[in-house]
Amino acid sequence: MSETRQISKLGMPKWGLTMTEGTVIEWLVEEGAEFDVGDEVVEVESEKINNVVEAPAAGVLRRRVAAEGDVIPVGGLMGVIADASVPDAEIDAFVEEFQATFVPEEEVAAGPAPETVEVNGRRIQYLKMGEGGIPLIFIPGFAGDINIFVFNQEALSSDRAVYALDMPGHGGSTKDVGEGDLDFLAGIVAGFLDEMGIEKAHLAGHSIGGAIAGTFALAHPERIASLILIASAGLGEEINADYIEGFIGANRRREMKKVLQLLFADPDLVTRDLVNDVLSYKRLDGVDEALRTVADRVFPGGRQAKVLDLSGSDFPILAVWGSEDEIVPASHAENLPDRARVEIIGGKGHSVQMEVAGPVNRLVADFLSSAES
Amino acid sequence: MARRITYMQAINEALAQEMERDPTVVVFGEDNAGGAGAPGEDDAWGGVMGLTKGLYHKYPGRVLDTPISESAFIGAAAGAASSGLRPVAELMFVDFFGVCMDQIYNQAAKFRYMFGGKARTPMVIRTMYGAGIRAASQHSQSLYPIFTHIPGLKVVVPSNPYDAKGLLIASIRDDDPVIFFENKVLYNVEGEVPEEPYVVPLGEAEYVREGDDVTIVAIGRMVSMAEQAAEHLADEGIECEIVDPRTTSPLDEETIFESVENTGRLVVVDEANPRCSLATDIVARIAQNGFDELKAAPKMVTAPHTPPPFSPTLEDLYVPDPERIAAAVRETIGSGVAR
Repeated sequence: MSETRQISKLGMPKWGLTMTEGTVIEWLVEEGAEFDVGDEVVEVESEKINNVVEAPAAGVLRRRVAAEGDVIPVGGLMGVIADASVPDAEIDAFVEEFQATFVPEEEVAAGPAPETVEVNGRRIQYLKMGEGGIPLIFIPGFAGDINIFVFNQEALSSDRAVYALDMPGHGGSTKDVGEGDLDFLAGIVAGFLDEMGIEKAHLAGHSIGGAIAGTFALAHPERIASLILIASAGLGEEINADYIEGFIGANRRREMKKVLQLLFADPDLVTRDLVNDVLSYKRLDGVDEALRTVADRVFPGGRQAKVLDLSGSDFPILAVWGSEDEIVPASHAENLPDRARVEIIGGKGHSVQMEVAGPVNRLVADFLSSAES
Repeated sequence: MARRITYMQAINEALAQEMERDPTVVVFGEDNAGGAGAPGEDDAWGGVMGLTKGLYHKYPGRVLDTPISESAFIGAAAGAASSGLRPVAELMFVDFFGVCMDQIYNQAAKFRYMFGGKARTPMVIRTMYGAGIRAASQHSQSLYPIFTHIPGLKVVVPSNPYDAKGLLIASIRDDDPVIFFENKVLYNVEGEVPEEPYVVPLGEAEYVREGDDVTIVAIGRMVSMAEQAAEHLADEGIECEIVDPRTTSPLDEETIFESVENTGRLVVVDEANPRCSLATDIVARIAQNGFDELKAAPKMVTAPHTPPPFSPTLEDLYVPDPERIAAAVRETIGSGVAR
C-alpha cells in the first residue's frame, strides 16, 4: 500500500512515433481496487496494436475518468491513482485541474525520430532514445523492424542510450542484404557500433536478431557488456518454416493476418493497421529478394543453418521466451550455458516483448543492472 | 511511414522514381513541357493541373509537349511502346477519348493478340475523370466502364494516395496498355505514402473496412463516400465491409465473392452512369455466380443516366454521396430472405 498521499495520473501511453490517441477497450480493475506498480489496469488499443497499461504507481484506482470506448489523446487522463485516505474532493480537484490545463500533442509528434547512417556503404535506419550509460542495442528479427520494440525502448531508456536498428532488407534501411547470412548481418551491427562510436554495448535481439547478436558477441566478446536473447534463433535447429515461407508468400490482407497471428499467443493483438504496415513494407522494391535471400541463408530447407555455441564465452546472458512460442520453441533455452539466466513467460508467444512488455522490461532492467554491477 | 503527401504528389513521385529507375520511361502530353523558359516560368507548367511539374529539368529530353491532337500523341505512345520505350501519355480529360479511341482500342489493345503474343505494348495513358469541379459535361464524366469493356486494356482507378503511387508504378512496369484514371477531386487529398518505390499489384482488391452485414464495392472517389456512410451506419449497428477493386480490369472477382459469401448483401457504388457500368457488371456477376449467397437483391448507387450537369446544385446531386449509399444499405438490410 502506498504510504504517501500522492495522487498519480494514469495517462494514455505513447506506443510508437505515430500514435496520437488510443481507445480504452476494457478496464481490468474496478474503481476502488488496490494494486501494485506494474499490475495490469486497463487495456488500450492504438491504431497499430492492443496492449495493457500497467499501474505507474501503487495505490487505489480512485477514479476511472475514461469510459470503455472513449478515445483519449496521448498523455490524456484515463484514471486517477491515490491512497484510499485521500479525500474525494482532492481527487475531484486533481481531475479538474488536469483537464483544464492539458494540451494534447500536435498531430506530428515531437520527440525522437528515426535517423539514418551509412554502415559499410549501406543506409541503415535507427531510432535512438535516452543518453549515456552503456548503450543497449535492440536488433529485430526476420521481417521485423524498430517498431517491434515500441513497448520496450522508451521504458529502458531512462538511464542509458537505447538504439533500435532496422537491419538491411528491413524497415527504413537499404533493401540490399549482401550475403544475407548471420556473419554479414553481425558485420552490420559491428559497423553500426563503429559509426556511433560505441565501444561496448548490451545487445538485445529478438528471434533472428538474437542469432545476429550472438554471432556478433562470439566474434567480438570484448565489445559485449551482456547478451539478451528474446525468443532467439541460433540456439537450435528448429524454426517454424510455415511462418517464414508464409510471410514471404502472403500478399493479401487475410493471408498475412493469419501469418502474423503466429507471433502472438493472443491472435486479437494483430490489428488491421499492423497488417497494413507489414503489407506496405512487403510491397517496397527489393523486399521480396531481401527476405528470400535471408531465409535461404539463415534457414535453408526450413532448418536453422547455424547453432551458436555460447559455452566458451563469459559475458552475461539473459534469455526471455514465451512458453507458447510457435516460431522458435522455448525449449531451445535449454541449450544455453549454465550461467545464462532463463525466463520463460507462461501463456505468451513469440513476440513476448510486445505481448507482455511490462514484465519483459522489468526482467531486462534488472538483468542490465546486475550485469553492470 | 509517417510521411503524408497528396494524391497528386504521389503520382508525380511515381513518375519521377520510374524515370529514375528506367531510362526508357518518357512522359508527354499537352503542356507537360509548356511554359519552360517563358517569362516568370523556369520550370514546365506540368500539364493543366501541374501534376508533372518538376520532371522537365530533372529528366532532360524525356518530358515532351505534344500538339493539341490526341489522335497524334496517343498513337505516338502506342508506337513508342511497341518499339522499346515505356511512354506515359497524359490524356488531359478522359472525356476527350473520342478523338483518339482508334489508337487505343483498335491498335494498342490488339497488338499482343494480333502478333501471336510476341508484341508488348507497355504504355500508360494517365487521364482525369469525375465530376465535382464545375467543369461541365465535357470534362466531368466517369468513363472507365467503356475501357473496362475492351479486352487487351488494363484499367486502374486508384482511390487514395498510397494506391495511386503503387498502382502507377505497377502500370508503368506492366507490358500491356494501361488506362490510369485519376479523380481530380482526390488530387489534394493527403495520405501516408512511403518514400521508397513500391508496387501495388494490378488485379488485387483491398478490404478498406471489414464488417459482416453488407458488402459495399466502391470505385475511385466513391471509396471515401462509402467509408463515410459506413461510419454513420456503424452507429446504427450496421457493420459494412468495403471492397475497393482498385483496378476494374482485371477485376478481382474472388475478393468480391469472398466478401459477399460472408455478408450475403451487396451494394455497388460507381460514379459512372448506370447503364453498362461497373455497377451493372459486378451485380450481374454476383447474380450469376453467387445467387445462392445473396439474402437480398443487390443495390446500385450511381450517377443518373444524364450528362454531368454544369449547375453546381445539380452537379452535387449527380455524384453519389454518403446519404444515398447509407439509404441503399438500409434498404438491402431491411429486405430479403433469411438464409
